[in-house]
Amino acid sequence: MSNEEIKEIISSTLPSATYDETGEWLNIAIDSKDWKKIATECRNGVLKMDFLFCLTCIDWKSHLTMLYHLTSTKLRHNIVVKANLDPAIAEIESVCAIWRTAEFHEREVFEMFGVNFLNHPDLRKLILEDDFKGFPLRKDFEDPINMIKL
Amino acid sequence: MYNQTEIIKDTTNLGPEGELIINMGPQHPATHGVLHLVVTLNGETIKKIEPHLGYIHRSIEKMCESLTYRQFIYVTSRMDYLSSHINNLGCALLIEKGMQIEVPERAKYIRVILSELTRIASHELWLGAMAMDLGAFTPFFYTFREREMITEIMEETCGARLTMNYIVPGGLMYDIHPDFQKKVKAFIKQFKEKVTEFEDLVTNNIIFQSRTKGIGILTAEDAISFGCTGPVARASGVSCDIRKLYPYDVYDKVEFDEVIETAGDSFARYIVRVKEMNQSIRIIEQLIDCIPEGDFVGKTKNVLKLPKGEFYTRVETARGELGVFVVSEGGANPYRIKFRSPGFSNLSALNHMAAGSKIGDLMATMGTLDLVIPDIDR
Amino acid sequence: MFSLEGITTAVQDWLFIKFNPTLALAMECIIVILLAITLFAGLGLVLVLMERKVAARIQIRLGPNRVGPGGMFQTVADTLKLIMKEGLTPDSADKFLFNLAPFIVMMVAMLLLAPIAFAKNFQIWDINIGVLYISAISSLSVIGILMAGWASNNKYSLLGAMRSGAQIVSYELSAGLAVLTIVVLTGSLQLSEIIAAQQNGWWIFKGHIPAVIAFVIFIIAVTAETNRAPFDLAEAESELTAGFHTEYSGMKFALFFLAEYINIFIVCAIGATLFLGGWMPLHIGSWEAFNHIMDYIPSSVWFMGKTFFLIFVIMWFRWTFPRLRIDQLLNLEWKYLLPISLLNLLLVAVIAILGWHF
Repeated sequence: MSNEEIKEIISSTLPSATYDETGEWLNIAIDSKDWKKIATECRNGVLKMDFLFCLTCIDWKSHLTMLYHLTSTKLRHNIVVKANLDPAIAEIESVCAIWRTAEFHEREVFEMFGVNFLNHPDLRKLILEDDFKGFPLRKDFEDPINMIKL
Repeated sequence: MYNQTEIIKDTTNLGPEGELIINMGPQHPATHGVLHLVVTLNGETIKKIEPHLGYIHRSIEKMCESLTYRQFIYVTSRMDYLSSHINNLGCALLIEKGMQIEVPERAKYIRVILSELTRIASHELWLGAMAMDLGAFTPFFYTFREREMITEIMEETCGARLTMNYIVPGGLMYDIHPDFQKKVKAFIKQFKEKVTEFEDLVTNNIIFQSRTKGIGILTAEDAISFGCTGPVARASGVSCDIRKLYPYDVYDKVEFDEVIETAGDSFARYIVRVKEMNQSIRIIEQLIDCIPEGDFVGKTKNVLKLPKGEFYTRVETARGELGVFVVSEGGANPYRIKFRSPGFSNLSALNHMAAGSKIGDLMATMGTLDLVIPDIDR
Repeated sequence: MFSLEGITTAVQDWLFIKFNPTLALAMECIIVILLAITLFAGLGLVLVLMERKVAARIQIRLGPNRVGPGGMFQTVADTLKLIMKEGLTPDSADKFLFNLAPFIVMMVAMLLLAPIAFAKNFQIWDINIGVLYISAISSLSVIGILMAGWASNNKYSLLGAMRSGAQIVSYELSAGLAVLTIVVLTGSLQLSEIIAAQQNGWWIFKGHIPAVIAFVIFIIAVTAETNRAPFDLAEAESELTAGFHTEYSGMKFALFFLAEYINIFIVCAIGATLFLGGWMPLHIGSWEAFNHIMDYIPSSVWFMGKTFFLIFVIMWFRWTFPRLRIDQLLNLEWKYLLPISLLNLLLVAVIAILGWHF
């Protein structure tokens, strides 16, 4: 499916979505509150985005950006969905029920960036110790003992 | 991950009647590294598996943020150490794509040959280790005999046996050893002769078949939903070979089949990997005689600077799809790097696959997932 | 001719002439105990080395080759190391049972030695219910294993011990029934008589197909009973780290290890005695000349040769097959081996009554 068609389908569900085609794939910027709706549409609608192949977060210092790389194993088109979050109250709806791979990836983002995933079945630290303080992949993370500044 | 007092507290609280919680790992002969599985048992039957990760977490993503584009490639060797060459290739491809660096044909050919050799070495090690998980010790030595030839080829050409670090953005670090082609051909000859030994010893063994057939079934829908890639997904009938779907380097010039099985059980995953080794041999055979003459590295600037933006490449490692995602601010260091490692997603399916089976089946399921722990923890 | 029988008779005669009968008997007992312990130590060393060499041969490598000529003293060095190690007892273990278990396992192995005929008339105790005695005593080793698993206060140990319990109790049946076929054919439970009955041919040749079936079942069942691969679920390394002896270290572990090899030796000795004629040379019907030549080979060589051949077969299994799963293991016993052995026993009874065997 071409980018134009994808845009049309997304816009019909969510008119407020904005698009960016400068990169390799179509980037769709949405509001974090609309994510669950878009995710359901992408997965179950005509787009058939059944494969969430990458889920990550970027700390832009002023705000966090959640990135969801989606592809369709049937139609072979890729999109990237982005949602900006406020670092102080970083909250977004979990998509574990839609793509089950999200469970581990969201737990990783939760501990590394401190993003709170709503309605996640088991939101605990996965990689770090249970009593670890701070969010290591945020840019303001300081660890004078283990980190060497170059 | 508990501290000492919590462990003692935990054992006094054993949960419901009849449940037994055992900590499989971080030191356990079957986890092949420091994977920690908290397994809830009812007798011999598994009720739940909960992985605890991070025992070998080095925060490679954070580390890479303070390294230059030339440096960060070599850190990735330490992720999936069994396909370190392919990890390096993924990073190099990303930089070449971002900066539009022209790679000489010779380098492309050699990269692909070495990738396939790496894949065979990785699958050979997996085959031996998996047979060992199931209690057969002997195949391990037979697979290592051939793997040794590959590591020797690697050592001669790249200077290292495991973490080769042979790739630089734009090509290769240095040219191949003069004996390279001869040795690879000798390896192909021996591999073709000896591959029947695995068939006799493992594939056709009735105990092996009864241990793996119908065990740890993963349907195609679940495989996609759990984000499984590589042989794990292909054994469930999902076509996901990056070499076919999004060919890189010279994969579009060679003929090979994407091995797909539909059973989705441990035996199918075993068969996929064994057949994949043969396909890799096929690829090498097509390329080894026609490595073009010329430069082995393209012209690059001393300091590489990726343009501002987001870049994503994927390569097919021995375990599946490795995604490298780089956010650049235009500087000499990446702003943010994310490695989408195949093992991490494959592991998330373990609970789904093994719940309800016996402890012995867990070994077959986990063995055929081919988990490499540094790849999962990063 | 020089023989073990001559030595034992000479020693006995001398003791009974020099001392009163009670004292002589007591001294004989001491000699037997010393001999048994020496044999155990010797067998342990030889069998462990043999296992490692056989494994190396199968796995295209060399095996131990540093200590002594061809690595002959490797196991001696290992034993010295194990003796010097600290024998740890976990804090929360049941200390009495934990320390007792290795000795129980070892004692059972020692008791089984009594009725085995090592050579012609070279036997500690020719009990008239020899076969029954062996079946009865060999089941006791499971107590030691369960004790070790329970007392360790370790979940892996417990799982291993439970598996081992289920496995040994199940496979006792098949082993027992396989042994019974030979008892039916011979009409005696005494080991010396069973051997004597194989004067004109071993049971595996004389007993038609049922004896072969019984032999195969016996080998499978004893492999399971001694917890050897492919039935080594009790110590399944990749699943339960080391199963019932996870918590044992030093000499206590060595005792378990030794008992495993002694048990293999004993079950193979029993197999050799029942099916392959024990110390009886290979005799073929009425070929007098051939039989005469065979008689020149000492009986102890025959016995050891057969036993070590069977031990080699069991080692061969271990380094070739993957491990079975617990439910497959029990299925194999209860669904296949047990019904086959029962039918086989019936068949043998018919053959024995009608006198169809040679």
